[in-house]
Amino acid sequence: MKLELRHITKRFGTVVANDGISLTVQAGEILCLLGENGAGKSTLMNLLFGVTRPDAGALAIDGRAAVFDSPQDAIRAGIGMVHQHFALVPTLTVAENVALGDEPAGRLGWLDRRAAADDVRRLSDEYGLAVPPEALVGDLSVGLQQRVEIIKALRRDAQLLILDEPTAVLTPQESERLFGVMRRLRDSGRSVIFISHKLREVRSVADRIIVIRRGRVVGTPARDASESELAAMMVGRPVELLAAKPGAAPGATVLRLGRVVLRPGAGGIDLDVRAGEIVALAGVQGNGQAELVDLLTGRRRPAAGAIELRSDDIAGRSTREILAKGVGYIPEDRDRDGLVGDLSVTENLILDTYHAPPFSRRAHLRLGRIADHADTLMRQFDIRAASAASAAGTLSGGNAQKLVLARELSRALGLLVAVEPTRGLDIGSVEFVRRRILEARAGGTAIVLVSSDLDEIVALADRIAVLYRGDVVGIVGPDVPRAQLGLMMAGASAGTSVDAAA
Amino acid sequence: MNGAAARRLRTAATGLRSAGDGTVTLLAVVLAFAAGAFVIAVSDDAVLESWGDVATDPLGAIEETVATVADAYWALIRGAILDPQGASLEAVLSPLSETVVTATPLMLSGLAVTLAFRAGLFNIGGQGQAVVGAAAAAFVGFHFNLAPGIHLAAALAAGILAGAVWGGVPGWLKGRTGAHEVITTIMLNYVATILIVYLLAHETFRREGRADAISPLVRPDARLPHLLGGDLRLHAGLLVALAAAAAVGWLLARTTAGFELRATGLNLRAAETAGMRPARVYLVAMAVAGGLAGLAGATQMLGTDFTLTPGVATGIGFTGISVALLGRATVKGTVAASLLFGGLQAGGIQMQASTGTPVDLVTIIQGLIVLFIAAPLLVRSVFRLRAADASPVAASTARGWS
Repeated sequence: MKLELRHITKRFGTVVANDGISLTVQAGEILCLLGENGAGKSTLMNLLFGVTRPDAGALAIDGRAAVFDSPQDAIRAGIGMVHQHFALVPTLTVAENVALGDEPAGRLGWLDRRAAADDVRRLSDEYGLAVPPEALVGDLSVGLQQRVEIIKALRRDAQLLILDEPTAVLTPQESERLFGVMRRLRDSGRSVIFISHKLREVRSVADRIIVIRRGRVVGTPARDASESELAAMMVGRPVELLAAKPGAAPGATVLRLGRVVLRPGAGGIDLDVRAGEIVALAGVQGNGQAELVDLLTGRRRPAAGAIELRSDDIAGRSTREILAKGVGYIPEDRDRDGLVGDLSVTENLILDTYHAPPFSRRAHLRLGRIADHADTLMRQFDIRAASAASAAGTLSGGNAQKLVLARELSRALGLLVAVEPTRGLDIGSVEFVRRRILEARAGGTAIVLVSSDLDEIVALADRIAVLYRGDVVGIVGPDVPRAQLGLMMAGASAGTSVDAAA
Repeated sequence: MNGAAARRLRTAATGLRSAGDGTVTLLAVVLAFAAGAFVIAVSDDAVLESWGDVATDPLGAIEETVATVADAYWALIRGAILDPQGASLEAVLSPLSETVVTATPLMLSGLAVTLAFRAGLFNIGGQGQAVVGAAAAAFVGFHFNLAPGIHLAAALAAGILAGAVWGGVPGWLKGRTGAHEVITTIMLNYVATILIVYLLAHETFRREGRADAISPLVRPDARLPHLLGGDLRLHAGLLVALAAAAAVGWLLARTTAGFELRATGLNLRAAETAGMRPARVYLVAMAVAGGLAGLAGATQMLGTDFTLTPGVATGIGFTGISVALLGRATVKGTVAASLLFGGLQAGGIQMQASTGTPVDLVTIIQGLIVLFIAAPLLVRSVFRLRAADASPVAASTARGWS
């Protein structure tokens, strides 16, 4: 199938999300759409999949004009889409999920389970997408669930498959396997649109690359273009990709975990974090990171074990007590946990310090001091808002994260817990956030970094603790081969050599 | 109640302020009056008769309808604001006085709902809190004999305290056990009503020489003084209510407790993450809200009723919910909305007296206002406003007529 987009334009209010985008996907190729968050990739794919309609421009399939009023139309035309958030029913089996919406009917209209399971097996074999057809989807890992989504699309005979940031939830090994599947799909004559902002992946899998910035196609770099060329095209200016990290000068131990049990059945974990050191927690999402962060921030008390902050046991203490002991926290979901979107930037900047001097006296807010504080931080951290009185919810992702960072780093910190501090940010903000974290490290703050982005972990961490099912499977240095990190994230212990496991 | 349902309710409560922006609120009132006009027309025999002859005299039918509706609304306005045909200055001002007298407890009970909304809580218990507040104020008012000034202050304080307990208990339960405040406050409304019946059966609350359930009269020292002379009922409760409104505004904007309350109401998780303690916020918010509703009952008792009966503070608490909704859970809005509702009720009586349009129309209009505010999409579509939530980007720009 050859799909053409001709001069597609889509506006939301005064903002032009897609501005005259034209592109063509040929049968049997992997096209990568590269762009920062907010560049217009998702809008474009939603237009393509019939979720919304373009204000101007047209789609054509094999030279014939096509109009999609709904995703059903797009599916019928042979387009399949795997979203970042899966649309699967966890209580149904793989086969049932695959059949859902287009069930093979047996006699009397019953669901023909065997036919459904056979479909899954056939597609699994054909494209190397091994999944057990009878397993409940809720029991599968995220990587396997993603395969179910792909199989679902293929069973509807998708000739063009759109994968929206598919590797965000995968280990490096799983990502490699996904790329293998994508290549087989291509070799069978199908087309794949792969959406990503991870330069390394794009370079390794793409047949063709299209870079989108501010709603326009800004370039079609060669597939062997360097990462810095791609990044510059994506951002619109040259970028220094990884902040060069000065050597660590770790001091006294700030945080000590002793036999801390993260979840029932897991062993106790031991971990020390010293002043001026970044310890990263690597691991596929859902392997105990959230539990550990909850313990460190007082949202949960440990089932067993001791958590010492400068030899002070903080296990089971309240959040306020822990924050008062010099713990800063950058939550994973800043809109949900880090900000009150309907309060002003000024108010959000004192969200966890309002009760203490100089911001309050005898239960009264000192609005003058609070306003000065906001002015200072907005300047220091380059927080761009219409004004200090703007609601925090109106800020862009990068500015919102700068707000959280500014608030947390404005206190005297002994320990900073940063969870996915650069997720969803544009490259410029990523740079800024990482630089600030490194500055805190240079200032003697102990830092726990939780990230699912290996590039980030390698760039920032002094030591890496790999979590798997609530246990630390090993603690390694940042120079350990990526492949070995990937194996550890899948449960192999630190000593396992890559060759032996492969 | 399960967690998801509770979350939805909380979202509904906190979403109220954004759901109806100023334009929608105003248009909801306009729409309610338009629908009220229809009700006036179809409940008037002369109008119906004229439409029976619409084939022969279409102009007459329209004229009759317009005249009837105009008469009724004109009477409502005269009854609510000023009566230009009044015989004396007192008679001219009387409607305004009655409007404010009716609005005073509504202002306070509305603030009780507004304050709780801001903490993310839906205080349905204003009624019960007002009832116990009225009962406590009445008791202090008739049972003790204190110095002038002190007596009034003590009676008002008793009302606040009783309401604060009645509101604080659901707040404490919510923080402590997660018991949903909608359920507990509704239940405590019943308990309050039955408590009054029980108290009135008790010797202490009996009025000498009366067999029915009615308390002694509040002593003159404990009554809220009238502000204007003659028979105008406007009393110092207005000043109390305005002071309370100012205090609530100050609490929300200028104190650490108010900051915690707003942050918790807008984003519970972020507030917790920042070290705030929701259990404490809920207790404080509900106790203060209960105190406000208790004060509403007390001003009604010490300014207007002077005696406790089983029907004490009827409707004050529930109308307060509508007032807070119309006021979009802001302090200024609540004050303005209470005056509108007070005017509707005072004017409705005049309307019934002079045009025969039943006073129940006022209840219908009040109900419709709330209905339209709760359905901003409906109002937007009637007036062809661009939907503010069509896209996240458009939200900030689409605020006018399209």
